[in-house]
Amino acid sequence: MNRNRSRFLSIMLTVGLIFLYVPMILLVIYSFNFSKLVPVWGGWSTRWYSVLFQSEDVWSAVLLSLKIAVINATFATLLGTLAGLAMVRFGRFRLRTLFGSMLVAPLVMPEIITGLSLLVFFISLKQLIGWPTERGFTTITIAHITFSLAYVAVIIQARLTGMDQNLEEAALDLGAKPFKVLTAITLPRLAPGMVAGWLLAFTLSLDDLVIASFVTGPGANTLPILIFSRIRLGLRPDINALATIIILFVAICVAIAALIMFRQQRRQELDEAIAAREMS
Amino acid sequence: MVGQQATGVQDISETPWLDKDADSLVRIKGITKKFGEFTAVNNVDLDIYQGELFCLLGGSGCGKTTLLRMLAGFETPTSGSILIDGIDMSEVPPYERPTNMMFQSYALFPHMTVEKNIAFGLKQDKLPNSEIDDRIDGILKLVELQDYKKRRPQQLSGGQRQRVALARALVKEPKLLLLDEPLAALDKKLRKQTQFELANIQEQVGITFVVVTHDQEEAMTLSSRIAVMDKGEFVQTGTPTEIYEFPDSRFIADFIGSANILDGQIVKDGTDHVRVSTELGEIYIDHGQSIKEGSPVWVAIRPEKIHLSKNAPKKSGPNQAVGMVDDIGYLGNTSIYKIRLADDRIIDVTAPNQIRPKNRTHLITWEDKIYLHWDASSAMLLNK
Ligand SMILES: Nc1ncnc2c1ncn2[C@@H]1O[C@H](COP(=O)(O)OP(=O)(O)O)[C@@H](O)[C@H]1O
Ligand SMILES: [Mg+2]
Repeated sequence: MNRNRSRFLSIMLTVGLIFLYVPMILLVIYSFNFSKLVPVWGGWSTRWYSVLFQSEDVWSAVLLSLKIAVINATFATLLGTLAGLAMVRFGRFRLRTLFGSMLVAPLVMPEIITGLSLLVFFISLKQLIGWPTERGFTTITIAHITFSLAYVAVIIQARLTGMDQNLEEAALDLGAKPFKVLTAITLPRLAPGMVAGWLLAFTLSLDDLVIASFVTGPGANTLPILIFSRIRLGLRPDINALATIIILFVAICVAIAALIMFRQQRRQELDEAIAAREMS
Repeated sequence: MVGQQATGVQDISETPWLDKDADSLVRIKGITKKFGEFTAVNNVDLDIYQGELFCLLGGSGCGKTTLLRMLAGFETPTSGSILIDGIDMSEVPPYERPTNMMFQSYALFPHMTVEKNIAFGLKQDKLPNSEIDDRIDGILKLVELQDYKKRRPQQLSGGQRQRVALARALVKEPKLLLLDEPLAALDKKLRKQTQFELANIQEQVGITFVVVTHDQEEAMTLSSRIAVMDKGEFVQTGTPTEIYEFPDSRFIADFIGSANILDGQIVKDGTDHVRVSTELGEIYIDHGQSIKEGSPVWVAIRPEKIHLSKNAPKKSGPNQAVGMVDDIGYLGNTSIYKIRLADDRIIDVTAPNQIRPKNRTHLITWEDKIYLHWDASSAMLLNK
């Protein structure tokens, strides 16, 4: 019976993995298709990669997306960390519960709503103070920061809650002023959370289509907007090539993250082994 | 470095709290701490003197940590004041107080080595590097961790972490060291051994310690004086001997050690003695406060102060009783005898282990008729 069960489980796992990866594998294979018609196999070729690299609007979309993603990630990490600190460390200030739920609301808000409301906001802002004069890079970046900082704040909150609060008190007790405690104790302890938050905000921004579509203006195409608008006119082999490059990029990132995690775990195990030797 | 201070304290009397003119290092006046409606510490007064190892003893949740945190500056008292060396601490933030604290969780900085952990406090004082190094070497020698400078806390055993935490708090040579359950995380054997080490270190450095503990044995071994706390209040303050031999309430007699507590009534209140009638017959006590005749009191007798004999006393009188051995608990070095009296009341008596293979005949055993007696100075009179 047990054997049947484990066979069942492994079949289910295989089926699941096939569902996940077969589409991507197909995409990668078709990106090397010579034929201009995606579903028709015309032999192996890298011609769509050269088409891609020569296409200027693809390059500018990639650059725009990266620029927005980096700025977004940086600001979201800063603001999200501050918000997380305020939530966990500044005790019970007035309206704390309200602030807390408002902070995480963007996590559950439908993107359509977020996008729409931000668009309304930018338009009324322009009428009121004449800024932002045109929608594009600035408005997308601001929109991305507003929702990614919520994710960062959640990560930081979790990390702060798990951290021994006595560490900060011990530093104060040893004569460090509050700002010194922040830089010497709190921030170093938060660093892994901040890195994780930065990466998450970066990915969220790179990935976002809906919100960016709402708040963008003429001429400002992020990578997802570009891909989506091209696909609407039919499948295109050069977009397959672009997607393949993105898959490769993501795979490398995942591998690096896994390596870092593996090394951290190794270090922890080593520490525990050393400590255990001290016991005896 | 650290040892130098020890010479300075020798001329101070051993019992400064008895000296009316002595200046206290810490003066706590009417301190109260409320968390919302809940009163964690209630109107506590206390003087602690230079060189003391003072214990705050009490069950979990009675407000010990809260009191310690008010001394360190992490909690603001709801009312009352704290003076350290004559200076009012109410406006002084933790980082400017002449105190250091050893946390129950140790709170070692996980991203720093042992050396950096200990250096942290000295660096805040902007000491020259050479002096920092000397001090670290000195303190690590004191806690016997010279070879562990470069380790991170995660790479140490519980006992070693405890000593790093102690070293980190001591190295700044505070006027007052606050220790929150410093031994609670250690296993029993290590805890016993470390108790003595801690007392030795305190003697060597001459720094005043305030130790929080819920372990009465630990408090008895370590301290110059103990304050027993209950529900945020001080119940009794005194030396370990005072608290054990002269508890001033039923609560203390019961909480510290064990005691047979009897209901009684004052029969006669003489100048140098009292007579109390109890279930154990008349008890004659050759000390005790002046209490109105006829008022209800309790009498407590420690199990080890009662003597057992298989022979009837030569003449009857107070401080005697007779019963039957109901049960015996063998603890190795001592045995606990449960003696059942005529009215079915059980009296605990402990006696050193007397089992000797050669003269078994003298052994007290189950169902033996047994005579109890105790000295006139052994019973303790309690009126609250
Ligand atoms: N920050 C706080 N907020 C609310 N209640 C607290 C706080 N700190 C302590 N208490 C309460 O005060 C009481 C005493 O706590 P504590 O001083 O830690 O006790 P002890 O150290 O003697 O075990 C406990 O009932 C605890 O729940
Ligand atoms: Mg406590």
